[in-house]
Amino acid sequence: MRRLIPHSPTRNLRAFWIRLLGLLGARRSHHEIAAELDSHLQMHIDDNLRAGMTQKEARRQALIQLGGMEQTQQTLRERNTLPWAETLAQDLRFAVRQLRKSPGFAAVVITTLALGIGVNTALFSIVNTVLLHPIALPRPAELVAVDASKPNFERGSISYPNFRDWQRDNRSFSALAVFRHHGFLLTGTGESERLHGEYVSSSLFPLLEVKPVLGRLFAPDEDEIGRGPVVLIGQGLWARKFGSDPRILGRTLTLDGGNYSIVGVIPAAFDLKFSTFATEDIYVPIGQWPDSALKDRGAGLGIHGVARLKPGVTLAQARADMNAVSDHLAAVYPEDDHGLRASLRPLRDAIVGNVQPVLLVLLAAVGFVLLIACVNVANLLLARSNARAQEFAVRLALGASRKRIVRQLLTESTLLALAGGALGLALAAWGTGASLKLVPAALPRAAQIHLSPLVLCFTFLISLAVGIFFGLFPAWRVAAQQPQNTLKEGGRGMSGARHRAQDWLVVFEMAAALVLLVGAGLTIRSLIALSRADPGFQSQGVLTFSLAVPYSPATSTEEGAFDYLHELDRRMDGVPGVHAVSLMADGGVPLTGDDDEELFWLQNEPRPSDQNDMHWALRYIVEPDYLKVMRIPLLRGRFFTDADLPNTPPVVVIDEDFAHQFFGDRDPVGQVLNLTDPDQKATIVGVVGHVMQWGLDNDAGFPLRSQIYRSVTQGNGDGGIPVAGFTSDIVIRADNPETVFPDIRSAVRRMNAQQVAYGPKTMDQIIADTLAARRFSMILLGAFAALALLLATVGLYGVISYLVGQRTQEMAIRMALGADRANVLRWVLRRGATLAGIGVGAGTIAALLVTRLMANISLAKSSLIYGVRPWDPVTMFGVIVVLMVVALAACYVPARRAASVDPVRALRSE
Amino acid sequence: MSDKTDVWQGTLALMVLKTLETMGPQHGYGIARRIEQTSGDRLSLNYGTLYPALLKLEQEGAIASEWGMSDNNRKAKFYRLTRVGRRQLEQETRSWEQATAIVARFFSPAEET
Repeated sequence: MRRLIPHSPTRNLRAFWIRLLGLLGARRSHHEIAAELDSHLQMHIDDNLRAGMTQKEARRQALIQLGGMEQTQQTLRERNTLPWAETLAQDLRFAVRQLRKSPGFAAVVITTLALGIGVNTALFSIVNTVLLHPIALPRPAELVAVDASKPNFERGSISYPNFRDWQRDNRSFSALAVFRHHGFLLTGTGESERLHGEYVSSSLFPLLEVKPVLGRLFAPDEDEIGRGPVVLIGQGLWARKFGSDPRILGRTLTLDGGNYSIVGVIPAAFDLKFSTFATEDIYVPIGQWPDSALKDRGAGLGIHGVARLKPGVTLAQARADMNAVSDHLAAVYPEDDHGLRASLRPLRDAIVGNVQPVLLVLLAAVGFVLLIACVNVANLLLARSNARAQEFAVRLALGASRKRIVRQLLTESTLLALAGGALGLALAAWGTGASLKLVPAALPRAAQIHLSPLVLCFTFLISLAVGIFFGLFPAWRVAAQQPQNTLKEGGRGMSGARHRAQDWLVVFEMAAALVLLVGAGLTIRSLIALSRADPGFQSQGVLTFSLAVPYSPATSTEEGAFDYLHELDRRMDGVPGVHAVSLMADGGVPLTGDDDEELFWLQNEPRPSDQNDMHWALRYIVEPDYLKVMRIPLLRGRFFTDADLPNTPPVVVIDEDFAHQFFGDRDPVGQVLNLTDPDQKATIVGVVGHVMQWGLDNDAGFPLRSQIYRSVTQGNGDGGIPVAGFTSDIVIRADNPETVFPDIRSAVRRMNAQQVAYGPKTMDQIIADTLAARRFSMILLGAFAALALLLATVGLYGVISYLVGQRTQEMAIRMALGADRANVLRWVLRRGATLAGIGVGAGTIAALLVTRLMANISLAKSSLIYGVRPWDPVTMFGVIVVLMVVALAACYVPARRAASVDPVRALRSE
Repeated sequence: MSDKTDVWQGTLALMVLKTLETMGPQHGYGIARRIEQTSGDRLSLNYGTLYPALLKLEQEGAIASEWGMSDNNRKAKFYRLTRVGRRQLEQETRSWEQATAIVARFFSPAEET
């Protein structure tokens, strides 16, 4: 029987808490303990006096009986708190004292770590939001983006009839929804304005589990063709236009000339952007879409979808199911659905697929930066522990345990790392904001990026890991020493081995910095190559915007519409600084991601039975001045003139790719094409240069590249301006594209107060936007590489300085024996150059491997490295030169110091 | 801690609790004196034994303390039994009686059946 009286666990727990609280100050002070023991002693003495002893004897007897006051106090203190925590506090206090004694060392280490940890935290907070939490909706893993794959489009649009059949026939989705982006013209509620919106199926919001803040969502069948016009508005618009008035329900909103009854308000917190869907101000049931082609199963109207998988259904099962559904439809409607299938991919991929590889590259880069920072710190700790070898040797000799010493040193390095982490957090908070400001468009959910608790955890853990891991090696080296050797050598013990370790660390740093510099150099070179790339037109001086033209009875006929557009052109042409104007009636402004297609077959071909077997080309419906605006070269024949009218024979112009693809070496001018929209024969009258429609870097990666131009003046058979009005993109060439827009807007408004020009963007800006993700990665990689170079240089400088400091005596002897200063200078520089050189050699090999990986990393269909070879000699050579120059500069300072040593004084100081 | 100290500490705690129950609030010196008297001066308590025991009991919530004045006007810390302590005392008295009864059986004249 070990205890006669068992201990109760609850009592132990309570005692533990009280002791823990004791640590935090809620304990009896030492003073109180001493007072209590003293009062005990005094009472004892009083009693002894009463028993007749002398004062002296009474005190002596009391002390004898009571035992050591000091030991008792010690026992009580330990019992008062937790001893191990007390030791930790002691170690911490000691560490703080030690670091305060060498503020320079502490500052360098903390700053180094703060930089390393800061960039990691900043990037992790981006990755955390963008890659780890890209969808702020319930059960995001079940959501899939749905498109229709067709011969010319990997992810083409879904026609409305197919959507209905897919919705009915599939057995994999708990819900399937479609949406179609649209710009609405809002009139009658304050000033006319253009609102972005989506035509959606009723299933969209229930599927995404979005609840209205006010009113209701669309009823299940409210999205069918021919139902009453209703609208859901965004909370932002509700606040902006209606002051968040709760009586908004049932009120009417005039959109594109039609009246819609407001049924609900969608919360501002709903935030989703993928494919062509974006959280917008206006949501209208898809059945309200005025285009009669909605009922056409073969129409490509830019409708895309999203679905939620039933619980337990995998993506592969859903794909198989949807393939069966599509194949069945292809058999029933061969003319429209031949070769068409549903294409499914996780919604997450649709959102982050383009940026994920780049973010991972950046993550790897900051990992390198942190590694370099840590190596620097390990180096500094090594140097420091060498300087303190004596101190620890003495403590070991006096009986300190190795464990205790390691713990002490680890406390110190962890304290440094945590301080660095805290400072890094501040850097990250600033850096995240700054880097996002550079390119807000490049990342999904950029607005949601912040330092979340998870990020804070990440930073804390990384700091802790750095402190322990990189402190362990130097600590172990110190603790493992043989004190007698160290003491014998007078503080220079273990120096040989330690130098070797430091040398290798510096070599590693140099190599890592080189890899980062090469990576950054290649992205910079890629961007330069792209900025020189010819998009096929001259972007400088071009302004694009959109124009919503309202319906009026005068424009209901073809002639009326033409007169109206002529007048419009005249008004815009009249604005000072404007040289040329052209409508792009069906959109398709190059590099904006918009596109329009023409389906046709050649003169000598039979009419294909279904449209997917026809030829496809990118279509531009423009005015005669289009070439003048864009400065696209005319290669053969002519472009449109004002003489091409509805009653003259239809003509088209093609680009060189079209000519090459369909006519090879033959002259295409004079050839006839069979067009389908409307069915008519048109003669090719000219050939122009190819324009990069899809992107500067990835145009070649798209199957659909041939281009065909048609003239607005010949119409496309639709007659006048429809009742809903129409929207056209407009491009103009002006002296001052950045500033001319207000004049144009007022000119347009003067002509018709309901007419709204909106969304101005210069072509240069559009091109810059297409390169935003690339620029984002270039700037960040560049910054990280610069940081790596800085840290590696500091590391090299530190090691060489340390070396010089250690060898002062040796050099003094050399000089005393006749070596001149230049010799010493050369010796130090050679040593630095050797380290840097080995690092550069190793780094070059590593860089060749890494850049080959980088070349395989793609940014929206084109490699991260564009227009330069991964082993680009210019970059390699440039980086090596920069690195060596910086390295030698870093060595020069300590080398000078070494060379200026006064031998007499140095030797005397021993 | 060795087993011996454990037992001693446990027994001492019981003595302290019993003393406080009999005498009411009392300071450390008074407790020590009382225990020594009760033991017929066969026990002698020094600081190192008594005060850790008092601290432990206080941390376990069995006793509470506050500063006051002793009979001959010295500032002293007075300990009193809490409700938790009273319950603990009852429980431990029972265990102790049981334990001693068992041990006693081994030493009493054999009453074999």
